[in-house]
Amino acid sequence: MSFDHVALLPAYLAAATAVAAFLADLIAPGRGSAVAGVTAVGALATGVVAILVGRGPVRRTFCSADCSYVADHRAALVAALFAALTLAVVALSVPVPRLGEYYFLLGCAMTGGVVLGYAGDLITLIVALETLTLPLYILVALKRGTVDAAVTFFIVSVVSTAVALLGAALLYAGTGAVHFGRLVAALETGHRLPLTTAGVVLLLAGLSFKVAAVPFHAWAPPAYDGAPLPVAAFLSTASKLGGVIAILYVALDALRPAYDIVAPTIAVLAVLSMTVGNLVALRQDRMVRLLAWSSVAQAGYILAPLAARVPGAAGAAATLGYTFLYLVLELGAFGAVIALRGDDDGGAIADYAGAVRRAPWAAGALALALVGLAGLPPGLAGLFAKVVVVRALLATGTGWLAVVVALNAVLGLAYYLRAAATLFAPTPAAARTRVPWPVAAALVGATVAAVVVGFAPQLVLAATQP
Amino acid sequence: MTWVLVAVLAVPAVGAVFRSRAVAAGAAAIAFLLSVALATGRSDGGLTGPIRPWHQLDVSWVPGLNLRFHLGVDGISYPLVVLTTLLTLLCCVYLLWTDGDGTLAALLLVIEVGIVGVFLALDLVLFFVFFEIVLLPMYAVIAGWGGAGRRPAARKFVLYTLFGSVLLLVGVFVVVSRAGTADLVVLSAQHMLPADTQLAAFILLSIAFAVKSPLWPLHTWLPDAHTEAPTVGSVILAGVLLKMGTYGLLRVAVGVLPDGARRVAPVLGVLAVTAILVGGLVCLAQTELKRLIAYSSVGHMGFVLLGIATLTATGFEAALIGNVAHGIITGLLFFLAGAIKDRTHTGDLSELGGLRETAPYLSGILGYAAIASLGLPGLAGFWGEAFAVIAALRRGGPLWTVLAVLAALGGALAAAYFLRLLYRVTHGAARPAVVGIGEPVPGELVAWAPLVVLALAVGLVPALVLGVAQTAVQVMAP
Repeated sequence: MSFDHVALLPAYLAAATAVAAFLADLIAPGRGSAVAGVTAVGALATGVVAILVGRGPVRRTFCSADCSYVADHRAALVAALFAALTLAVVALSVPVPRLGEYYFLLGCAMTGGVVLGYAGDLITLIVALETLTLPLYILVALKRGTVDAAVTFFIVSVVSTAVALLGAALLYAGTGAVHFGRLVAALETGHRLPLTTAGVVLLLAGLSFKVAAVPFHAWAPPAYDGAPLPVAAFLSTASKLGGVIAILYVALDALRPAYDIVAPTIAVLAVLSMTVGNLVALRQDRMVRLLAWSSVAQAGYILAPLAARVPGAAGAAATLGYTFLYLVLELGAFGAVIALRGDDDGGAIADYAGAVRRAPWAAGALALALVGLAGLPPGLAGLFAKVVVVRALLATGTGWLAVVVALNAVLGLAYYLRAAATLFAPTPAAARTRVPWPVAAALVGATVAAVVVGFAPQLVLAATQP
Repeated sequence: MTWVLVAVLAVPAVGAVFRSRAVAAGAAAIAFLLSVALATGRSDGGLTGPIRPWHQLDVSWVPGLNLRFHLGVDGISYPLVVLTTLLTLLCCVYLLWTDGDGTLAALLLVIEVGIVGVFLALDLVLFFVFFEIVLLPMYAVIAGWGGAGRRPAARKFVLYTLFGSVLLLVGVFVVVSRAGTADLVVLSAQHMLPADTQLAAFILLSIAFAVKSPLWPLHTWLPDAHTEAPTVGSVILAGVLLKMGTYGLLRVAVGVLPDGARRVAPVLGVLAVTAILVGGLVCLAQTELKRLIAYSSVGHMGFVLLGIATLTATGFEAALIGNVAHGIITGLLFFLAGAIKDRTHTGDLSELGGLRETAPYLSGILGYAAIASLGLPGLAGFWGEAFAVIAALRRGGPLWTVLAVLAALGGALAAAYFLRLLYRVTHGAARPAVVGIGEPVPGELVAWAPLVVLALAVGLVPALVLGVAQTAVQVMAP
């Protein structure tokens, strides 16, 4: 078996980033910013190389009858996104001294994410997803007194991985295949056993844990709230992206012939996520918990286009497009929270009263991100994200779900607006907050990206077209 | 002339950046002059469909979402565009002369961009985008500068109207995904949608526009929003923001989905007449000045919706002139109500008695505006209501005849509650609240005078509005 090392280059680089971060900490212990710099350079290189490789012809490797590692355009996009998110999270982490292992663990998680994009079979997919998640248990537990959150996260995660593996095993038992292409062939021709149906549902349910979709969401709010803020940002962006990509690949590449089971399963997950997430978010009075529950609801919007009765490129493009716009806005929101609050604690929403006077730009960015997540101008990126989903659902004749999405947007506005309006509440003048430059850079990057894709959403839509 | 279409949106947008009252007033003035200039060089461009824009601009924006930056102006949108730029200018002038806030003026300009954009958009998706732009700035105006109960009122406003606009989003894409285009000119010329789709889309769109208009029973956000909003907020809200709903119903819902409209029209007619009667009856029992005017808006917009529901040229003309007249008169009424509340710090009718004794000019202008609003012939309010009733009568059949009679009764109710208002406020001995209050200051007079003149001018010469709109309305009626 020969390996195509060019195709593997992004994965090598991502792994090398983790190793380099580890070594840098050994060589220069206590120099957190140097380690962060090494990690940032590694993440940047990974992203750039992933794009360069993706511009070439489609490459495959680890092939027997079918290939386990497919370096196509879409994979390059996913790898570059993971690299960019890692870069941003590294920048958000710099101001506070970290344990040396911190950046190593981030690098490991990034490696999982990058490989996930290239996965061509269920085993690679689940292993990559685990590589993405494993370091996060430790990262969540880094803050004193948050072991409970980490343990919840760990247990729910392990159970869901077991469920996903059981689903994969049942599919293997029913079809004898784990590669996406061969699964499709087997599902198309063979008589479908009840076992296969169970396998499909279990696999999707197990994966939906990663996107924090209801009913597999309970870990998210305590984990987000307990983790250091940059880790929470990583959980709500990179980790969620991992789940979305896994579901997307499985639903469209591997289980396309079984879409009559996939669609209702995803529809149930989507409707539950957006409704429960929005309703519970209404009652939150801590900023990070509000963002956590809102990200549960956002998972519902992300999954919704995949619930169309017929699988299609349009649904996948809508899910990817929405995901990208969500990532930009969510990163902006967390970046602004870190800029306003420092590192440790997101605090109560009431603590943000009058933030526009203390840090006008950071508070403005937070307001823009919150309004964008609610899907309203001036957060045009969010408005178009909503349009993308509704349009995809109506184009595929899933109008009822479009109405559910639309009505949930109204619920969503209620709490996003409450949080955003607090920023402008009149308070006595206070000292200006200073924002460290790496945080400012990440925040500016996310906000500028949100504004640019707000005015030119075609950039995103063109990139997500198959 | 196509650059004017862009400039009329760009000038206020740029002016808003500076957050200064003087810049805002300047930008609003330029936007007003530009919008008036849109009427020059009219031609139908050889188009034969129901929408024949005088000027058009059509560039691609987001092909992946069927979104084109397609603007145009014709006889139906032109009066509303000018009304919007005029009222925004007057509000900015008012803020300039009184002790206004630069940020508030900037928000008014952003709202202007959204509303004018709605009237100019000839692309369904673009229409929706502009429809959404208005939402949060208006929320901020109410929540930031409103009265004591502003926060709940602002939240109610924004959630209610967002409910409408998400249904609009769904409705728009029901149409776009079936028809394959979002171009309003094409969509209204060729009705390519099957009847069932038309019905579903029309119901979605008409609920969306009914929330904005507002049509009974979806009107409950309006009185709270008006009562709490600052004066300029109320003026813009009543004067032009509500027109987005009626304009959308006429141009988008009826224009694109005529079959759906035919099937739902009787329901719309019944609801419109209910709105007229309910608005009138509630007004009779109101004790708060701004709330009373707000409820009178529900009644007046009922006449506009009745006109549209008849689906006849006369009805559309009634709707159009009713829109403009309501914008002028209710804008003026809210300016006056704001002036009175600023001076007396109360809106309670029983405490405002005897205004005529202490501020005869203010009281006189209020009387004039109230009489214009109740539909006295010779003033602007008359034509919309009369034509709507006539259109319903001409439509024939027992249902429409009954509706016409009830609507006429509703018109009489308007006379009753406005005369009651005048009786309570202007007559009698001066109450403590009105003692020692000042007459209008020059800044206020400058802001009000154009509306006073227009209320009379449109009343005497309705052709001011209907002249430019005649062709557009004639070709539109099915």
